[in-house]
Amino acid sequence: MATIQPIAGELEPHPDVALVERVRGGDVSAYDTLVRKYDRQIFRIAQHVTQNREDAEDAMQDAFLKAYEKLDQFQGNSKFYTWLVRIAVNESLMRLRKRRTGKMVSIDEDVETEEGSVPRDLADWAPDPEQNYNQAELGEILRKTIQGLPQGFRIVFVLRDVEGLSTEETAETLGLSIPAVKSRLLRARLQLRERLSRYFHRKRGGEK
Amino acid sequence: MKCTEFLARLDDLIDDSVTPEMRVELQGHLGRCGHCEVVLNTTRKTIEIYRSHEIYDLPAGLRDRLHAAIMARCKKGC
Repeated sequence: MATIQPIAGELEPHPDVALVERVRGGDVSAYDTLVRKYDRQIFRIAQHVTQNREDAEDAMQDAFLKAYEKLDQFQGNSKFYTWLVRIAVNESLMRLRKRRTGKMVSIDEDVETEEGSVPRDLADWAPDPEQNYNQAELGEILRKTIQGLPQGFRIVFVLRDVEGLSTEETAETLGLSIPAVKSRLLRARLQLRERLSRYFHRKRGGEK
Repeated sequence: MKCTEFLARLDDLIDDSVTPEMRVELQGHLGRCGHCEVVLNTTRKTIEIYRSHEIYDLPAGLRDRLHAAIMARCKKGC
């Protein structure tokens, strides 16, 4: 079995490298640790892509099983997490495709829209806009708002801004160029900002 | 600097990947343009809100069930 090389330029190998090595050596409990470490993130990503709870559960399970099966193919030139996210995105897109009865689904969907590229709502927000809503209301607003984004923008925003992948990792994960990731990220951020402004802008006349 | 030029650099400013010279130019524009200042602040807030709120939680019961299913299959060799 091939040994994983540390990522070039990094002095210390990522802690996941040792865990992956242990799994390759037959230690299933090391995989248990990896699953527990990343299951929440993978579930979140699957839910953002599929927008369906059941599909997200299936996609998450299948992503971890596929990663386990294919661990030999993991070269270690990217982080284990980034590699896992790529599998999870693909599994999620497959679920989405099935639900849409075979209709083509890709991360390029709807990215031609110009909506939100030019800011229109220029009113400032209240100092702590979240305080005007309880947790359940706020969660609903955030879900509804991000679900309304074109898929190709939503996935880039989630990976880059919510899950903290770098621009390069996001590009690698989604098979996009770096300029494409940057362009989608800007438009995603501006569209979300525009849509959230409807809820969070400072009201006139001193009302909350 | 026009607003469209500022907007084209908005992400670089937010992600702190601008040169010191460019930062001075962008700050100069912000000092003169209240609209772009609002867009910058509210875009930053948008990112912060999504980062700090867990909108798709994985409940403990579901997490345990999925985890058990994954590990059972892995132990069988998938």
